Order: sequence, then C-alpha cells, then structure tokens
Amino acid sequence: MKKDKLFSTAIYGFMFFYPIVVLSLIIADISYVNMAAIREVFHSQEIMYALKLSVISSTISIFFALVFGVPCAYALSRYKFSGKAIVDTIVDIPVFLPYVVIGLSLLIFFQTPVGRFIEKSGLAFVYTSKGIVLCQTIVACAYVIRTVRSTFDTIDYRAEDVAKTLGCSDAGAFFKITIPNARNGIIAGGVLGWAVSFGLFGPVVVFCGITRFKTEVLPSTIFLEVSVGRLEVALTVSLLMITIALASLVLFKKFGNEKSK
Amino acid sequence: MNDKRILLKVQGLNFEIGSFSLKDINLSVNSGDYMVLLGKNGAGKTLFLDCLCGLRKLKSGEIFIGDRDVAGLPPRERNIGYVPQDYALFPKMKVKQNISFGLEIRKINKEVIREKVGRMADLLGISKLLENYPKGLSGGEKQKVALGRALIIEPGMLLLDEPVSALDEPTKMKCCQEFLKIQKETGVTILHVCHNIDEVLMVAQRVCFFDNGKIVQSGPLNELIKKPANEVVAGFFKKEKC
Repeated sequence: MKKDKLFSTAIYGFMFFYPIVVLSLIIADISYVNMAAIREVFHSQEIMYALKLSVISSTISIFFALVFGVPCAYALSRYKFSGKAIVDTIVDIPVFLPYVVIGLSLLIFFQTPVGRFIEKSGLAFVYTSKGIVLCQTIVACAYVIRTVRSTFDTIDYRAEDVAKTLGCSDAGAFFKITIPNARNGIIAGGVLGWAVSFGLFGPVVVFCGITRFKTEVLPSTIFLEVSVGRLEVALTVSLLMITIALASLVLFKKFGNEKSK
Repeated sequence: MNDKRILLKVQGLNFEIGSFSLKDINLSVNSGDYMVLLGKNGAGKTLFLDCLCGLRKLKSGEIFIGDRDVAGLPPRERNIGYVPQDYALFPKMKVKQNISFGLEIRKINKEVIREKVGRMADLLGISKLLENYPKGLSGGEKQKVALGRALIIEPGMLLLDEPVSALDEPTKMKCCQEFLKIQKETGVTILHVCHNIDEVLMVAQRVCFFDNGKIVQSGPLNELIKKPANEVVAGFFKKEKC
C-alpha cells in the first residue's frame, strides 16, 4: 500500500512538473508586458495585418493539409503496395527535419526548371503570401498524416467491409463509415496542423522573407521586435499567439466532442 | 435425391495471401441450407467468406450465386448478408440507423424503411434498443443488431463468421436457436463459420471441413463424424467430444 501511494505520488509529480514549467514561462512573459505595449500592439496596423495573415494562411493551409493528408493517411493505413515503407518514411521527413531546411529546399526547388515553370505560369510562391501557405501546408500535412493514420489504424476495417456488402462502393464506405468513425482523429490532426502552421517561422522567413503588409506573419513580428530590442511588444505578440492558439484548441475540442456524442 | 435448387456453387477457387492460400475450393450449397464451415483457427474459413463476399480478389475460380457468376462483381452487387466475428457495428450510428443502413444506401422510401426496421427489430426482439448506440449494448444484443443489419437487405445468402464466439455459453446456445428460427422464418441460406462442436451439433444440416486452405470433406454432419475423410477430421471430432 505504501509503495503504491509512493508510486502514484511520483506519477502526479511528473504529471504536474511539465505544465508548471510551461505555466511559469507564460507567467514570466505576462509579468514583463505592460499596458503601453498592449496598446501599441493593438493599434499597430502592421501587427494587425500580420495577425490577419497568420490566421488566414494557417486556416487555408490546414484545409489543403487535410485534403491531401487524409487520403494519404488512409492509403498508408489500409492499402498494401510495394514501396509503402519508403512512402511512410518520406511523409515523416518534414516532422524530423529542421523546419528551416524546408524553406531553403523550397527556395532551391523554385530555381529548377519545374519550379520556374510553376512561377511563370501565374502561381508565384517565392516571397509571396502564397509561399507562406505552401510552407505551412507542407509542414502541417506531415502532422495530419501521422495523427490521422494512427486513427485509421485503430478503426476496425471490418465496418467498411460490411458497408460494402450492404451496398456501398469503396468511396461510399470511406465517406459514410470511415470518415465519421475517424472524426475525432481528423479534428485532432487538424488542430495540431493548424497550431504548427500558425507558429511556423523558419521556412516562412527563408522562402517568403519578412515584408511588412505582404509576408509578415506573427512569428516574424516577434523576431523583428526582438531584433530591435522591443521585448515588451514581442512578448505581447507572443501572448496574443498563445491566447489565439489556446482559444482555437478549446473551440475545436468542444466542437469535436459535441459532434462525436 | 435432393430436390432443392443449388444456390451457391464455387468452382476451382484459388486465393493467395502471403504464404497462405486457399487451394482449389469446390463447394455447392442448396437454397435454404444451413451449412457450417468447420476447421481449426487459420484453416482459411474466414478468408473463404471474404472471397464469397467479394472482399478479396481471387487468383482464379468461379462463384455462382444462382445462375450468376459473381466472382468479378464488387461486394455490393452480390446480395450477400455478412456478419463478421466482432459484428463491426457502426459506432456513430444508432441501432435503427445500423439496421437501416443497407436500405438507406438503396434510397428506399423512408416510410418503408421505418416499417421494415420495425419488423426486423420485432423478429430479433430488439425493439427497445432502436434508439441506443452500439457502445452500451451487450454481446448478444450487438450480435442481433448485426444480424438485423445483414438480413434487412433480404440477402440471397447469409454469412456468419464465428457469430457467437464472443458470447458466454448460455447466450451462445440461445443465439444458435435464434439463427435456426430466423432461417425458418426467412428461408435464407446460411453459411456459419465455427470451430465448436456444440454449435455444429445445434445448427448444422451440412458441414464443410477446412484444413490448411483446402476443403477436406463436406456433407451431412453424421457422415463426417462416422466416416471422417482423414485423420484431421477424425481428430477434430474426437478431441471436441472429449
């Protein structure tokens, strides 16, 4: 009994340690921020533009990441094909690679004949807001695939089989049975991907630069403000990002739980 | 001679998955029969059902249901009702939505669907569960829902893959009686996979014995017990009797 209590106390200790560290950091940030900095942030047109661009670009990115990521996750979970292990490893690369390398690789790619052709055909990505969406989509897609694939792995494929015997086509079984069953996992993947996109900095700076009213997103704003020594403003923007990310997380969770009841 | 019409005729069915294969399967099942597919775990019974449903692509062979060769058809065009081992109910749908799923797909009139679901629920004794979700149901209740979902499309044939393996002994026997009752009332032809002698004795009119991907013997149950084709069949019944 005594040993059991010791064990549960230790587990609780570990459980609280990390949240306390994170909370301490946020509290430290809050203590550094003052009213003047808050007023400046909300009255700054540049920062408000960066906020708008961050929210819109990460929302568009997560839409694309889900459109490409969910079918990819399904194929990796359900289909057997040669080279599956290779594809499985490749889709993980953006998760393990330093993000800045993705920006650099994109910059190099758009110097190749294929990249130049895409740029000339009216889809200009380099140093544009479309480029931000591209960077964010590439990174978010990897998180969506990982999360949604593990959800598909846990869903009984027999339910799809039964649906097919009851009259569904493969696509019908996917949309009527698999997607509703995987709903929570897809939402979780979406939230994770959106949060990663929202806070993405390295590849965006390398591939799109930081041009005010054009390619400046909130993480870039933090970088700019720190680089000119305006720590209070940088921290206020950081807290703004934390608040938005937390609010969307709570909303998504609430929405997801309500629908899955 | 049996004057019943042959409903299912499988000829030269071959299928491979990894190192395992179904080899040259030939089988005839008469309309209205209750056939039990018997054999040890891993003998190929479930794979055979998957092949009949169209869930696995055959290497070669023909599957006739009535006069139609369905071997190249997708599952939705075979008119087969299928109850998998773990029932695979749709967790996000209520019991009534699970049962009506096959009719909804066929875009049947809503009023007709309601009436058919009601009748099916009465037949299976699950009328009170229609508004429930599968999560809170007992094993026996889940099995009845899966059965109702498969039967409501009025399939030519019903495939039951170890349908009572997850139930306790008294419920198992009750469910087997239920299968017989349903077969009597609907006239549906049933192929029932199991590896338990009590189940076989209770329901089987005919038995088909699988071993290592092959059918080693098929015929009336007594024939298999009295004149087993080989030591595997004899050993199975001897062991199970003990």
